[in-house]
Amino acid sequence: MPLLNEKGLQEEIWRELEDHEPIPLEGDVIVPQARLEEALAAPRTGRTGVALPNTIEAEALQPLFNRLSLITVEFPGFGDGRGFSIAKRLRSLGWRGELWADGRVIADQLAYLRAVGFDSARIPEDLFARQPLEDWLTAARSISAAYQMEERAPGVASILERRKAARAAKG
Amino acid sequence: MYRYDEFDQRFVEERVAQFRDQARRRLSGALTEEEFRPLRLMNGLYLQLHAYMLRVAIPYGTLSSDQMRKLADISERYDRGYGHFTTRQNIQYNWIKLEETADILADLASVQMHAIQTSGNCIRNVTSDPFAGAAADEFEDPRPTGELIRQWSSLHPEFSFLPRKFKIAVTGSPNDRAAVKAHDIGLRMIKNEAGDLGYEVIVGGGLGRTPMIGKVIRDFLPKAELLPYLEAVMRVYNLHGRRDNKYKARIKILVHEMGEEPFRKEVEREYARLDVESLAAPAEEVERIQAYFAPPALENLPEESKAFERAKTADPDFRIWAETNLHPHRAPGYTSVVISLKPVGGAPGDATAEQMRVAAEAADLWAFGELRVTHEQNLVLAHVKKDDLYPLYRKLAGAGLDSANRGLVTDIIACPGLDYCALATARSIPIAQRLTERFADPKRQRDIGPLSIKISGCINACGHHHIGHIGILGLDKAGAEFYQLTLGGDPTETAAIGERAGAGFSAEGVVDAIERLVDRYLEIREPSETFLQTYRRTGAESFKDALYAEAG
Repeated sequence: MPLLNEKGLQEEIWRELEDHEPIPLEGDVIVPQARLEEALAAPRTGRTGVALPNTIEAEALQPLFNRLSLITVEFPGFGDGRGFSIAKRLRSLGWRGELWADGRVIADQLAYLRAVGFDSARIPEDLFARQPLEDWLTAARSISAAYQMEERAPGVASILERRKAARAAKG
Repeated sequence: MYRYDEFDQRFVEERVAQFRDQARRRLSGALTEEEFRPLRLMNGLYLQLHAYMLRVAIPYGTLSSDQMRKLADISERYDRGYGHFTTRQNIQYNWIKLEETADILADLASVQMHAIQTSGNCIRNVTSDPFAGAAADEFEDPRPTGELIRQWSSLHPEFSFLPRKFKIAVTGSPNDRAAVKAHDIGLRMIKNEAGDLGYEVIVGGGLGRTPMIGKVIRDFLPKAELLPYLEAVMRVYNLHGRRDNKYKARIKILVHEMGEEPFRKEVEREYARLDVESLAAPAEEVERIQAYFAPPALENLPEESKAFERAKTADPDFRIWAETNLHPHRAPGYTSVVISLKPVGGAPGDATAEQMRVAAEAADLWAFGELRVTHEQNLVLAHVKKDDLYPLYRKLAGAGLDSANRGLVTDIIACPGLDYCALATARSIPIAQRLTERFADPKRQRDIGPLSIKISGCINACGHHHIGHIGILGLDKAGAEFYQLTLGGDPTETAAIGERAGAGFSAEGVVDAIERLVDRYLEIREPSETFLQTYRRTGAESFKDALYAEAG
């Protein structure tokens, strides 16, 4: 499935565990939350990622942060915005690894996803066929400066900081 | 009032270009209608029964005369020459074409206006007291808070796909004219014992299918902590609000189902996690916004105006109007003026382009070029010299804007209803029109005194019927419209949800039923008692007797 952000398509090297598939000892694998303990207990050489539903309490994962390399948060539909707050929580709890929005998000949400701390969005093929990369890049650039102080996508300026700079320039 | 700086201006212009591109992608098929829907809604564009409707934001109900004239121009250029002022201090155009919408948004941006977040599951246009900055009983202008929230909530990355819409209202007076207890978040500006300014934070009020009065979850929130605290409330709601049923998705249901105390604890727990200092609005930004709301340069005048007194004696119609349509101003010799948009037989809240221009001109001549929209769907000129009232009145009268009925039985709130709305189950406007005709006699209206009738054309309650002294809810029963009455509702600081009076009435019968209620009140009231006071004293029974006497 295409993985993208405002810089373009990102290389997708992770493999998602199939249902009932044994935990592989090699390679980078994304496991469902239910099998995370099992995966972390296995003598694996590859990196481990976890796929979270958007009903998760982010705190529950905090003790495992240093053993994980990737977290994906499910977006069952673009209208279900819980993932935005989960990302915010994960980042404020100290998650510094990769963070993906996983599901049917739309191009117009990319800047918001980036602002709350997601690195990329992984979207279904059919959606990508309808909304090609060009749409995502245009949408991500459509608003150049935001009012919020903390949450801003890369490349989006802070209106408050610009105001401050303008005041300073005036002396 | 607030003026855009270059950054605000660029923001709304980029937003217009963004919408243009979204509309293009919708037409190309890149966006499905399902995907486009929230995007257009967050630009105020609804698909209604007959056409698109565009709802334009009038932040905290304040606008300039130039903005009002632009609203008039838009109504002529893109609509049918009128607009509808709403209970959320916005204006709606009912006959809009999708392909012209981006042009309308560009026209709005040219006068520092937008339609951002007037719909959709996001933080909506902040509402406030229409007499803000002028009222005699106010101790702090709530509009700088409104503007701060407007900016903070605009295109908020985390809170644009909430479980459901989210409405915030702010008041700076002990007398609540912003119905803050009927909002998802209500903010009441208060002073603590140390004399510091802050907010009482009320959460979980709302009307709709499950009307609820909001709960105080923070007695005193220091002013500087507003945005971080709002963030904590919003995050708890975004994470835990129900998404399985849109009719149970508002924050009032979450507060109700969690319980007031557990909800408060959850918010405080979230708040404790936040870096309050980095999220709080910088003091210089707060001051910058505050400066725009500096009071206008008022003259030192005697409280009594000779010109005003003379005109009242000379023109009895003017005297009657002045008795109802003025609101006490904090400065001697000044008053606030309510321009009623409730003429007998009219659609509540509608104004023609010509009327908008006359109101704008009156604002330029006598009210510092500024207007307000009220949640009662009227207009206000906030700062008017009593000396100027008579020429102002004459000007308004020339455009049919002189209805002397503010707060009276014909000052009816009504949603658009089945005449326009895709959700409605019954018509609202014709009921309002017939009620105003029934109670048209000015003497009778004044004898009845303060009485608010509010009409909703479906259970979503856009006409706020739950908080009308008399509420009318239009429903559909086996293909026929019928109307349920609620009694004793109150939107103010003594907020109450009206109680169901009993079986409903047909469209033909409801006006007679209201008249029986009013007559009963006149029979049993004590001297100088209002309808609401009588209702609270006597209870529902005597009114129900009157309502159903014929049937029995």
